[in-house]
Amino acid sequence: MALLEVEGLTAGYGEAVVLERMSLSVEDGEGLAVLGRNGVGKTTLMLAIMGHARRFAGALRWQGRDIAAVPAYARVRLGIGWVPQERDIFPSLTVEENLLVARRPGPFGLRDAYDMFPRLQERRRNMGDKLSGGEQQMLAMCRTLMTNPRLLLLDEPFEGLAPVIVEELEATLRRLRAEKGFATVIVEQHAEDALGLSDRAVVLDRGRVVLEGRSADLLADFDQVRRWIAV
Amino acid sequence: MRLIRIGAGLPLLLAAVASFFLFPEYLSLLNTLFILAIFALAYDLLQGHAGVVSLGHAVFFGMGAYTAAVLAAHGVTEPVVGLLAALLLSGLLALLLTRIVVVGNDLTRLLVTLGIGFLMLEAANQARWLTGGADGMSDFTMGPVLGLFRFDFAGETAFWYSLAALVLVYAFLWRLTTSPFGLALRGIRENVRRMPAIGAPVRRHLATAYTISGGIAGLAGALLAQTSNFASLDMLGFERSAEVMMMATLGGTGSIPGVVLGAVGFSYLKDALSAMSPKYWHLGIGLVLMLSVFVLRGGIAGGVSALLRRLRGWE
Repeated sequence: MALLEVEGLTAGYGEAVVLERMSLSVEDGEGLAVLGRNGVGKTTLMLAIMGHARRFAGALRWQGRDIAAVPAYARVRLGIGWVPQERDIFPSLTVEENLLVARRPGPFGLRDAYDMFPRLQERRRNMGDKLSGGEQQMLAMCRTLMTNPRLLLLDEPFEGLAPVIVEELEATLRRLRAEKGFATVIVEQHAEDALGLSDRAVVLDRGRVVLEGRSADLLADFDQVRRWIAV
Repeated sequence: MRLIRIGAGLPLLLAAVASFFLFPEYLSLLNTLFILAIFALAYDLLQGHAGVVSLGHAVFFGMGAYTAAVLAAHGVTEPVVGLLAALLLSGLLALLLTRIVVVGNDLTRLLVTLGIGFLMLEAANQARWLTGGADGMSDFTMGPVLGLFRFDFAGETAFWYSLAALVLVYAFLWRLTTSPFGLALRGIRENVRRMPAIGAPVRRHLATAYTISGGIAGLAGALLAQTSNFASLDMLGFERSAEVMMMATLGGTGSIPGVVLGAVGFSYLKDALSAMSPKYWHLGIGLVLMLSVFVLRGGIAGGVSALLRRLRGWE
């Protein structure tokens, strides 16, 4: 049974349809990359999975159970973790408070967050608004991990970050997946980065899946991917 | 604001105890200050922590006052029992009202709470058989606290009784606001949209905060009715609702010691200004409020922590 299953999902905002009859699934422990140009519905897919977009049709299943009617906060409690593109660190909470506010029972705790990014421990008394972009992204990722998800949704995690920070984050993500074995869905403009971090990929265009395959194959034959993501 | 949150409770308590010996002729005024501080703390759990504004919080204060008065008039004269009953009933009222208060944005909340305030005021006015209407209720006598301490004319028992309640409420709210639940409330204030993404049920959290806040406001009202032997319509009127908002703002909303100082400072100001000019004292209050918002940035607590930061050479 797939961990997360999206079947024939049509979703959007208000009256606007952004995703059309989209189907994809994520197995337990699997890494999926979602690629595509700006505005093809990548973020909407995440919002729909989290329960923040309007669902017109289709099914959303978590471990076989229909979760279309489950409120957003309860989806997090089921084990879906989401690192939003905006990061949205709470500015007047300290780094440590930003982590503690999300804490839910499970193996991942404060200690693990600090082991993962020692920089966060150094800054643990800093206010959330006194962090660099890279530190914010580390914090946003750890805050989501504090909810102890089985599936981690990452929306453009490397956007606007220096290459050295991107490398650090990528290495951490790889290690996390190898050690803790949770599934990830990563949405990225930087297709090569995302393919390198995942087992499988889907490419979206105008709200539909237009290409699907193993990440290694897609990397080997990158031209067919480029066709769909070149601006 | 964090700097003065740490360890400000003890000096405040010492100052309160010292005031018993320094101002023995003002004990009943001090008692009122403690009660207003409790009320302001209750209110600020909403405004300062969860970021939920209310213009009708006196409804719960009044509910508590009438609960205590009505109970005493019907023979339940032990004050602590009355206090607990007021806490529960006001909390229950708040819980019933959460559905219409917690939804919506600040503007709708202001209007809804304002409307609830007017409705409750009129209801209390009409229910003369229970509340005494516009004449208020004074035909009750309180028994000794816990059967031991009789309320005296000088107000010594009232002083310690209210101070004890203030200390308990202070400690409880301190604990609550530094707990994960308290962090979640601050998260809601800062970015309500993001809260579901970390698994926080926003409505339930707000309902819990509103219920606790209403209950504690009711406890404050009960204290005032018991120690002044009087319950009246002004205890749930708009003016009291507005004043508690001003106390929190003056003191530094979101800071527990700050709000206590705000309640004391506001009451002192109101007293001093109205003695100076009975007609125009609102003008003075208005100026001080604007100063506290624009110059101190975060009231007394904001001013003090800015000063501390400067002294320590930060920023």
